[in-house]
Amino acid sequence: MRENQHLEPARKKSPWSIMTAVTDYFAWPLRTSHYLELVNPLWTTHKLQARVVDVWDETKDARTITLRPGLNWRGHRAGQHIRVGIPVDGMHYTRTYTISSPPERDDDCITITVKAIAHGTISHHIVRNIKVGDYLPIGLPQGEFYLPDAQPVLPLFITAGSGITPAISMLRSLIAQGRLPNTEHIHYAPHEFDVVLGKDLKAMAEQHKRYNLHLIYTREQNEQRNNRFSAEQLTQLCPDWKQRDIYACGPPSLLEALEKCFEEAGCGRQLHIERFRAAFTEIPTDAVGGRVKFGRSDVAVDADSTTPLLRVAEENGMNPPHGCRMGICHTCNTTLVSGCVRDLRTGKVLNEVGSIVQTCICAAAGDCELDL
Amino acid sequence: MNSHSLPVNLTDEQIEEFGSELDAIRDEVFDSRGERDRAYILKVIKTQRTMAVTSRLAIYLSLFFLPAWGHPFASWTISLSIMGAGAFFLGIAKILENMEIAHNVLHGQWDWMKDPEIQSNTWEWDTMSPSDRWMHSHNVVHHTWTNVVGRDLDVGYGIMRVTPLQEWTPRFLLQPIYFILLMLFFEEGVALHEQTIDDHLKGKKTFADVKPLLRRIGYKVWRQVAKDYIAWPLAAALVAVPISFFFPFPPLLVFALVAGANAVANVIRNIWAFMIIFCGHFPDDVHNFTEAQVEGETRARWYLRQMLGSANIEGGKLFHVLSGNLSHQIEHHLFPDMCSNRYPEVAPRVRALAARYGVPYNSASLTRQFGTTWLNNLRMAFPGGKVQGATA
Repeated sequence: MRENQHLEPARKKSPWSIMTAVTDYFAWPLRTSHYLELVNPLWTTHKLQARVVDVWDETKDARTITLRPGLNWRGHRAGQHIRVGIPVDGMHYTRTYTISSPPERDDDCITITVKAIAHGTISHHIVRNIKVGDYLPIGLPQGEFYLPDAQPVLPLFITAGSGITPAISMLRSLIAQGRLPNTEHIHYAPHEFDVVLGKDLKAMAEQHKRYNLHLIYTREQNEQRNNRFSAEQLTQLCPDWKQRDIYACGPPSLLEALEKCFEEAGCGRQLHIERFRAAFTEIPTDAVGGRVKFGRSDVAVDADSTTPLLRVAEENGMNPPHGCRMGICHTCNTTLVSGCVRDLRTGKVLNEVGSIVQTCICAAAGDCELDL
Repeated sequence: MNSHSLPVNLTDEQIEEFGSELDAIRDEVFDSRGERDRAYILKVIKTQRTMAVTSRLAIYLSLFFLPAWGHPFASWTISLSIMGAGAFFLGIAKILENMEIAHNVLHGQWDWMKDPEIQSNTWEWDTMSPSDRWMHSHNVVHHTWTNVVGRDLDVGYGIMRVTPLQEWTPRFLLQPIYFILLMLFFEEGVALHEQTIDDHLKGKKTFADVKPLLRRIGYKVWRQVAKDYIAWPLAAALVAVPISFFFPFPPLLVFALVAGANAVANVIRNIWAFMIIFCGHFPDDVHNFTEAQVEGETRARWYLRQMLGSANIEGGKLFHVLSGNLSHQIEHHLFPDMCSNRYPEVAPRVRALAARYGVPYNSASLTRQFGTTWLNNLRMAFPGGKVQGATA
């Protein structure tokens, strides 16, 4: 399955496209859009860009960036994410971030909230270096993690860390539409001082009687409770959880525990999950990595059986094409020249020469060579 | 031990050492690429596009100063001065686009950034040659077989004799004329500069073999012509139609003036590109090679051949940018995929290295390099001639 962006865009004959087809004769071999970009980078049609209009530090290592997307933007649904292109040291990287603002915002801007993760060069760069006035290439909204548009829901949000972002977008959207139902929200954070968007959550809980927020600090010294997620804790905080639709986003350990809990209760259907990372299966303990060769770049390194090949390549100074880094967008596809790799999501081994390898979710399973 | 037949006084081991020193320079520069390089190419691209569109608008502006308008500033002198400036800067914009931007992007010099907008496999340039075709005949054929007679189609471009290693035939008597014609129509020449077409002309391939290629080139040529000689002049002429009811402002004249200004811009670019490119491999003291000499060539010997087969032009910073840094032809041939803004930095190091190993480093003024290229062209029109260096 290839994503739409890889296909030729459908030819629609709008008056605008007819006009640009004519003006493109003046701009050849560029397009009219390349010259419009000189006037205002937000007017481009050959790529979508957004202007950074505001940066706001949420906590010591999380920052909310307000973006004004270009004219070709298509409104998002609360909970969806976008791909953002970021130049770091001259190189172009792509990362996926959830939009934390509701689609109902009047000024047509969107916000993303980024937390600098340990050893994450890109997230650090965004949190520290992006400034107002920068232009960033972005993608259109994607993702299936959103609330039903019309039918009523009784939501229970379970979020942790920066997993708050899709939930807050949904909450803000429901409030803006004036149809906030009775909502329960359990949010996990290490300490009180580093709750991403914590102020907004508390303000929301104060203003809206139907929104019940339960903030749980997992590393605060004086906390007495068992602070990790458990079925008992859930029942205690939200007795009617079996009647609710659960929207959950957070680190893999939380989502795994949730899946198990709901599976056992027989209501797995009500659980909606958004992952930051692809869910990887258990890799057999006897699995071995091997020598990975990137043929075209003339790089050969030893890799273990759990590190995605994309990471292996990047750690060795390469910058192969990539997009979502979670096996969705297929930007990182390459072909297997020889050897054996493992799909970390399914645990399946790929060893047929010429098969397509998604480097972001595949690791070495013995020696292998890739066409990168 | 000395198994090579290259015109240098170095042993095999010394050549390999020379090669690994060049590798070290290359690695050092490649590892240090970063934000400032990206800023450089983005700035050049933005400047070039702004210059191109401003120049074209200046050409339009000049039409409002034609004597027909009758206002105090309306005169041929003012009108043609503005138009001339527009044509000149449009020529400069085309030079920047073709040489400092496209030539280098198409070499993959900027691929490391992974910027989807600046990639060798998607860039199309403002000249009649389709960029992917050119990448093959230039990057693959010319840069691999640099100056190897019989393999590198750029040795005389299939129409000229530039070294005595090429056999003389009477058709070369006319080459001083080809020289001028190619200078004026360099863009068209580059578009038709293809091994396949050469093979067809020599009877090795049928017309049917060449047809798909000609169709591809034809489409590119059509879009180039449509832009410079139809779209821009026609838009001006259409505006002139209603005006011509009130002023003696003939649309046909307007069309011809704009098309003429664009033609001047294209010819300025043609002459400049021709001069810089011919200075790269055809001045005095540049070596050519036989196929036997490159048999079983190592990477180090390839480096050495690139150095012996290329020539630099000396000049200021602006001159280097306008030559697409091909004034550092030696560095470009040693490191064809190094981003061009780094050539001026590595040039002194390469030159010092060459001096240390006693390898000739051909660098001189534009006058000397182009002058000897031209004189050499005249000499080679006739039989005989001396082979450069100690090759023979």
